[in-house]
Amino acid sequence: MLDNVWLIPLFPLIGFLINGLFGKKIKNEAVIGGIGTLMIFLSFLVSCGILMQLVGMPPEQRVFEKVMFPWIHAGSFKADMAFLVDPLSAVMLMVVTGVGSLIHLYSIGYMHGEEGFYRFFAYLNLFCMSMLLLVLGANMLVMFIGWEGVGLCSYLLIGYYFEKKSAGDAAKKAFVMNRVGDFGFLLGLFVLFWWFGSNHNIWTINFVEIKAASHLLPYGGVVTLATLCFFVGATGKSAQIPLFTWLPDAMEGPTPVSALIHAATMVTAGVYMIARMSFVFIKAPETMMVVAVVGALTAIFAATIGTAQNDIKRVLAYSTVSQLGFMFLAMGVGAFGAGIFHLMTHAFFKACLFLGSGSVIHAMHHALHKGHLHDDAQDMRNMGGLRKALPITFITFLVSTIAIAGIPGFSGFFSKDEILWQAFANPYHGSLNILLWGIGCIAACFTAFYMFRLVFMTFFGECRINPKVKEYLHESPLVITIPLMVLGFLAFVGGFIGMPKLLGMLPNYFEHWLDPVFELANEYGKQYAHSGAHHSHALEFGLMAFSVVVALIGISIAYTMYMANKSLPEKFTSAFPGLYKVVYNKWYVDEIYDFLFVNPCKSFGNLLWKGFDVVIVDGVVNGTAKLVMAFSAGLKGLQSGYVHNYAMGMAIGVVTIIAVYVFR
Amino acid sequence: MDTIAIPAINLAVIAPEVVLSVVAMALLLINVFVKSEQKGYLGYLSIAGILGTLLMLIPAWGSSVEGFSGTIIQDNFAIFFKVIFLISAAMSILITDKYLEREGCNQGEIYPLILFATVGMMLMASGTDLMTIFLGLEVLSVSLYVLAGFNRNNIKSNEAGLKYFLLGAFSTGFLLYGMALTYGATGTTKIAKIASYIAMNGVSSSNLMLVAGMILMSTGFAFKVAAAPFHMWTPDVYEGAPTPMTAFMSVGPKAAGFAAFARVLLVALPALKPEWSSLLWVLAVLTMTVGNITALYQQNIKRMLAYSSIAHAGYILVGFTAGNAVGTAGILFYMLSYAFMNIGAFAIIILVGKKGEENSNVSDYAGFGYRHPVLGIAFCIFLFSLAGIPPAAGFIGKFYLFSGAIQAGYIWLAVIGVLNSAASVYYYLRVMVFMYFKEPTEDFEWVKLTPAFVLCLLIAVIGVLVPGVLPGLFLELAQKAVLM
Repeated sequence: MLDNVWLIPLFPLIGFLINGLFGKKIKNEAVIGGIGTLMIFLSFLVSCGILMQLVGMPPEQRVFEKVMFPWIHAGSFKADMAFLVDPLSAVMLMVVTGVGSLIHLYSIGYMHGEEGFYRFFAYLNLFCMSMLLLVLGANMLVMFIGWEGVGLCSYLLIGYYFEKKSAGDAAKKAFVMNRVGDFGFLLGLFVLFWWFGSNHNIWTINFVEIKAASHLLPYGGVVTLATLCFFVGATGKSAQIPLFTWLPDAMEGPTPVSALIHAATMVTAGVYMIARMSFVFIKAPETMMVVAVVGALTAIFAATIGTAQNDIKRVLAYSTVSQLGFMFLAMGVGAFGAGIFHLMTHAFFKACLFLGSGSVIHAMHHALHKGHLHDDAQDMRNMGGLRKALPITFITFLVSTIAIAGIPGFSGFFSKDEILWQAFANPYHGSLNILLWGIGCIAACFTAFYMFRLVFMTFFGECRINPKVKEYLHESPLVITIPLMVLGFLAFVGGFIGMPKLLGMLPNYFEHWLDPVFELANEYGKQYAHSGAHHSHALEFGLMAFSVVVALIGISIAYTMYMANKSLPEKFTSAFPGLYKVVYNKWYVDEIYDFLFVNPCKSFGNLLWKGFDVVIVDGVVNGTAKLVMAFSAGLKGLQSGYVHNYAMGMAIGVVTIIAVYVFR
Repeated sequence: MDTIAIPAINLAVIAPEVVLSVVAMALLLINVFVKSEQKGYLGYLSIAGILGTLLMLIPAWGSSVEGFSGTIIQDNFAIFFKVIFLISAAMSILITDKYLEREGCNQGEIYPLILFATVGMMLMASGTDLMTIFLGLEVLSVSLYVLAGFNRNNIKSNEAGLKYFLLGAFSTGFLLYGMALTYGATGTTKIAKIASYIAMNGVSSSNLMLVAGMILMSTGFAFKVAAAPFHMWTPDVYEGAPTPMTAFMSVGPKAAGFAAFARVLLVALPALKPEWSSLLWVLAVLTMTVGNITALYQQNIKRMLAYSSIAHAGYILVGFTAGNAVGTAGILFYMLSYAFMNIGAFAIIILVGKKGEENSNVSDYAGFGYRHPVLGIAFCIFLFSLAGIPPAAGFIGKFYLFSGAIQAGYIWLAVIGVLNSAASVYYYLRVMVFMYFKEPTEDFEWVKLTPAFVLCLLIAVIGVLVPGVLPGLFLELAQKAVLM
């Protein structure tokens, strides 16, 4: 099975080609959607086979590299088209193809009747192929193709409704911000490649080879530089401070896209990349600290914005940014396994939440459409009481919300608690650890608050939709609810494979599974770990209880404000009008960026264009062109068309050459 | 008393050439019985012959067999080039039939002539004796003279044939004289023995006879590959010759010239490397610059591509000047991709052209991209590749040629090459500007595609894009075919 790993990206590529080239002619939605879904499902089957085979092997042998063909060989630079299968990429494969299949299936129902249905599935398949390349790449260049490919597909899919200006703008914003990050990735690649090559004559960008040679890397110094560059790449792709503002805008795309790309898979690429190079990152303590701090700040910052949004998808978007912050926090404190664990559980519950919100929007849209109303189908202020009309959506949504809030027994609890515990207990950042833990806890409290606010506003209370259309509200078709149920189930039980030792009911399969991948990083980490106190089980248990209490506080505040005493939110906003306005307007980050970067860039560009470009560059270019053209006309004149002239030219040439050699 | 030594005959070495010659002769005979409107079938027969030859060649990959007392060899280098020749011959044949019909010169002899020319090229690539190389060259040249003047109703074609013949004969004189001088200096015409004689007897650059032989042979080859200042025949011949034959001439014979040139310089005369590399340096710079700069001014697209092909010979000379493994692999890679992109471009030109070689000005392409979107994209791919823009194969080829030069320390040569390449973008893009940004002045005829054309274009597009995106595979083959 391992040898057939190349099939995994191949299937979606085939799907992309079929739907991209012939989709317009096929027209039949069932066929188009069926092909798209089948292809990614086949990849899922192959991934399952690969996982099974890995499970059957002894842990230390679970690394397999499949070289497809030599790709670019130039001097000492070598890059093959090669795939790397190890426990880490296997987890990612399962997430991408598994969640991907469900979302493809869901899209058949959700995108029904949309113009360009085939285009949607073609892009979706192309995205999956790129994401799988990113995950499977055995060297940084293959990973980079995937990295760029998912960026491109994200652009195409955010701008799916390209006739809408806001969608086009959002797509451009996402693309530009991603490009800023991609540049960082490339710089990091160059630095690492150059350092290994010039210092140790190891010219490689292959992960396995870098890992083998990683003992040569110094602590800090050049490694800090390289990893910081990589981290810039990660912030772009994974929407961290400062490059996070594109993700909420990306909600302009169709909802399945938000679920697949902007929640479950692409945005986790940055986390994956850091995990893939854990053995490099851990050698740069400064970078680790930056990663942890940026992650923690993003987690709380985005969570605060999430509390004040009224658009159902925007709340989820900020929630995604915030949860990605948790993952980066995990990476930054050296809890690589916990970060990947949260990546996986988050993929389950966040995909479920997004798809659930899609189901809600679908129903709202349908009802409003029937009644010829133009109210906003995504505004939670128009919703309420939907649990009766949409029972399946409601239950799955509630399960996922409990999971993300961190209530024990649900998947999100295990992963989030693991991160918070390691943020507290891991020995890399000294007293900063406690601060990171504190920020994480507050962010978790906010998370529970805004998520339950969302649930209460959408599904509870009385229905605020125009009574005229209330009767049109009904549950979505099976093709939409089946993925919801599967994901909801996973959001519930997905955490059991990574249950902390403390609870002791099940061994922590997940951590053991990833151990061989992160072993080396942990080894390197010991070099500068503060030989801190050994933390007692009692402490761990206490902190766990504390995080549950924090979540419950968040939920009860939401209950008080949006269920028990509904006038409270208004009182609150009128009591702190300034704070509310700032949070509602997302801390004015977009405006600040416009002021700091966009506008100065524009005016500087204008200056360059009118001053430097028109006068100097154009002058030089046009002048050279004129000169060359004159020369060209002269040469053309030599071409008389007479054979004797040509023969003469040859003779003169030969005589001149011989003369040069004779009289030199 | 010397006895007459009967040379060992190893027919297996020349089996592909034999097969192709037999097919060509058979076609000459069959031709008599074929009606003039059905001459196209001869084309398919000749393609079948080419495929058969290819099938015989490919199993020989990896081995190195000599024959006929060391006058001929079948090694990877030869095989790589022979594949290029056969591909370019087959692609040219695919686009010949319809052209001949349109121009009203539907003579079946053109196919055997193409095959004979191909046999000549194959002998040049395999030749390990100056005489074998010369023989191959003459077989090739005589066929080409006829092919250039094949459209006998067209005065320009006649002019092209005659000019090519006169100047070709003139240059052959130089080549033969060079060979004679080399023989005089070393006492042998066998390439390997020339090298060992020089090495053993310490003949060096001070031996004027040898240096003059090298220069004169280089001149002869420079003429064949259309390197400046021996390029002046090229535009006139390329413009006048029937377009499919221009496509053929600009690829196959050029590659053959380089193959023989490379074997002579790299294997026979490595001792003179300082001499010939400085000569090639000058030729490369002159060729690139003259080709590109003159092309800037051309209005006729065939003439423009003629100058462009001069410029491309210049790029290849850059890799040659380097004289190292990277540069030589670059030459092989570039020749292969050049075959696809250039024949592809000429195929489009034939499609757009009208009877009597009209419609071949750049301005005739106004609006072409919108009238024929698919052909437009194909043409763009070829032009991008010619200009050396990724992801087309032309980019990768140039990359390897120039990096070979840089590795060998010829930084300035690479700089001049890159600058030239940048200048060349102008005239390739100009065609695209007409295709997409200008309104058509008059309605041109709907281009009629035959299956043969579609096949040729498809092969060309694949041949440009696949090595461009996945260069590793092809480069590995090229590296295995390098002479050193």
